[in-house]
Amino acid sequence: MKAKFDFLVDKDKNTITIKREFSAKRQLVWDCYTKSELLDKWFAPKPLTTKTKFMDFSEGGHWHYAMVEPNGQEYWGRMDYQTIQPIDNYTALDGFCDDTGALNPELPRSKWDVTFSDVATHTLVETVVFYTSAEALQQVIQMGLKEGLTSTLERLDELLLTLN
Amino acid sequence: MVCHMENYSPVLNDVFHALADPTRRSVIARLGSGSASIKELAEPFGLGLPSFLKHIKVLESSGLIASEKVGRVRTCKLRRGNLTAAEKWFNEQRTAWESRYENLDNLLTTLKGEKGES
Repeated sequence: MKAKFDFLVDKDKNTITIKREFSAKRQLVWDCYTKSELLDKWFAPKPLTTKTKFMDFSEGGHWHYAMVEPNGQEYWGRMDYQTIQPIDNYTALDGFCDDTGALNPELPRSKWDVTFSDVATHTLVETVVFYTSAEALQQVIQMGLKEGLTSTLERLDELLLTLN
Repeated sequence: MVCHMENYSPVLNDVFHALADPTRRSVIARLGSGSASIKELAEPFGLGLPSFLKHIKVLESSGLIASEKVGRVRTCKLRRGNLTAAEKWFNEQRTAWESRYENLDNLLTTLKGEKGES
């Protein structure tokens, strides 16, 4: 059975909301989000892999990571943790950086608000990604398409399936 | 790059709005399998024609669909060329999150096995 997965775009608030249930206890799911040795095993979408250069999961700390293409191309990111309420919620600022962790000042950062809750024996994770403005979001879209960060689905039919 | 962004700006906002609504997404999906009259499109939703026409208007002004009146029948079709950078990007994001979460499912299964949890 396919797990419940919601992906919602809110134009007025410039947010993307992703909801997903996992068949595991909340503590375990929380660990997967907050320990770099576990993040390295799932965070990058296939066929990319994740590698951590630095991790300090604490308020004011950050995760410096790369998503790596099979050809070795690296996309560096930096998640600065703002608030942490174990195992309920954390907020962070995600952003594009280089391999030294220096943020790209030309690209806007997005705020992540990640909430973990129990649903029967499962865990529901709701991630809200906030962009500061429609312009900020457009900038990221432009960059994303230029870099071709993820597999591109050009065909309309495939796109339509995802809209249902 | 700046000039591209300006070009996308109005389209992006309209497309966001158009796709924010489940009825409109269904209309888009339905038109993906071919043109249809307003009446045919409205049927599954049980909406009054005036409120359904508002949805059609939003979709038209976003550039995602076009309509044409022949005799008394107005027919809608997708404007495939107008799918924008924005939709492609959202689609990629969605695919990326799905893939990332499948990885997490697999990891959780492995971890539960190690801990001997059911």
